[in-house]
Amino acid sequence: MTLHVINKTPSNLPLYHRMLNGLSAGDGILLIEDAVYAGLSAHQALFEGLPIDIKLGALEADIQARGLTHRLSPTFTLVNDKAFVQLSCEHDKVVSWY
Amino acid sequence: MKFSLVIHASPFSAQTSSTAYRYAKCLLDEGHQIFRIFYYGDGVLVANQQITPPQDESNLLTAWQALAEEHALDLVVCIAAAVKRGILDENEAKRYEKPNANLASGFELSGLGQLAEAIAVSDRVVTFGS
Amino acid sequence: MSAKKSILIINQSAPYGSSNGRESLDLALTCSIFEMPVSLLFVGDGLYQLINNQSPEQLQMKKHEAMLSALPMYDIDQIYVTAEDLSENDLTENDLAMPVTLIQRDVIASLIQQNDSVLTF
Repeated sequence: MTLHVINKTPSNLPLYHRMLNGLSAGDGILLIEDAVYAGLSAHQALFEGLPIDIKLGALEADIQARGLTHRLSPTFTLVNDKAFVQLSCEHDKVVSWY
Repeated sequence: MKFSLVIHASPFSAQTSSTAYRYAKCLLDEGHQIFRIFYYGDGVLVANQQITPPQDESNLLTAWQALAEEHALDLVVCIAAAVKRGILDENEAKRYEKPNANLASGFELSGLGQLAEAIAVSDRVVTFGS
Repeated sequence: MSAKKSILIINQSAPYGSSNGRESLDLALTCSIFEMPVSLLFVGDGLYQLINNQSPEQLQMKKHEAMLSALPMYDIDQIYVTAEDLSENDLTENDLAMPVTLIQRDVIASLIQQNDSVLTF
């Protein structure tokens, strides 16, 4: 199980496609920094068709900073720094897409 | 758990370097061990002791130094990437006949072998890229 | 050093325009010196690192292709490229500076799974 951490806006589509290509069942995706905009409802088509057990999260501090608290798609869980650390432990490895 | 971090991002032009700091601090708060933090590429720029941010901006350099002191962190700066960018310790300043060293205290210059070792011995390696 | 951990380095940056490619190969060679099994995946823009006949003389930059040619000497022979990236760029294996293992894009997930540590550049 891998935690995939991505930090670029969804306009970097090829980066998202590479990350999604690298997913296996049970993996997690965490949006951080500018990637949190991919958590807007308008971008959810990106994440359609993923295996059902892929967990989607977005880093709370980045969501709040960018005014997205009430705009985050319900498919994403808010992840605070502590939960980021916890996710890093629960998965076998962390892969950063940037 | 034993973590190592690799930081590629410039502390000035990207948010990533400060995300890495928050992550490192949280790891320690949660009782995890940080084996090593390796600064590579533009990430090395944070180790310049001359960094002087405006007063209303946070100072990542002093933040890392304080964290390192509190937790005896091993902050390793890639020597090739650093020297190229004008970040020199006493030895390198002498070697290249530069008037002064500017590597901030708490950091050390070393080679990529330190990163290879960190990858080999850590339970998790987390990359912070720009 | 403890048991040998395998490392996958994912290259997704084009050469010359940024230093990511060089930094990644430097790390690959170093890990190999430490006898860690290294695999390299060149994907997306990373594929461009492998295009042959590079002549950066006018740029006064080091030839990326020359650095790649060091890989076999360090016993790094797990070098992966996706067939999709080649065809989307109208390139074939004949355009590449070195022999690679062609994989389908959907194999990337298992490469990530199989390796102990994955670094991206």
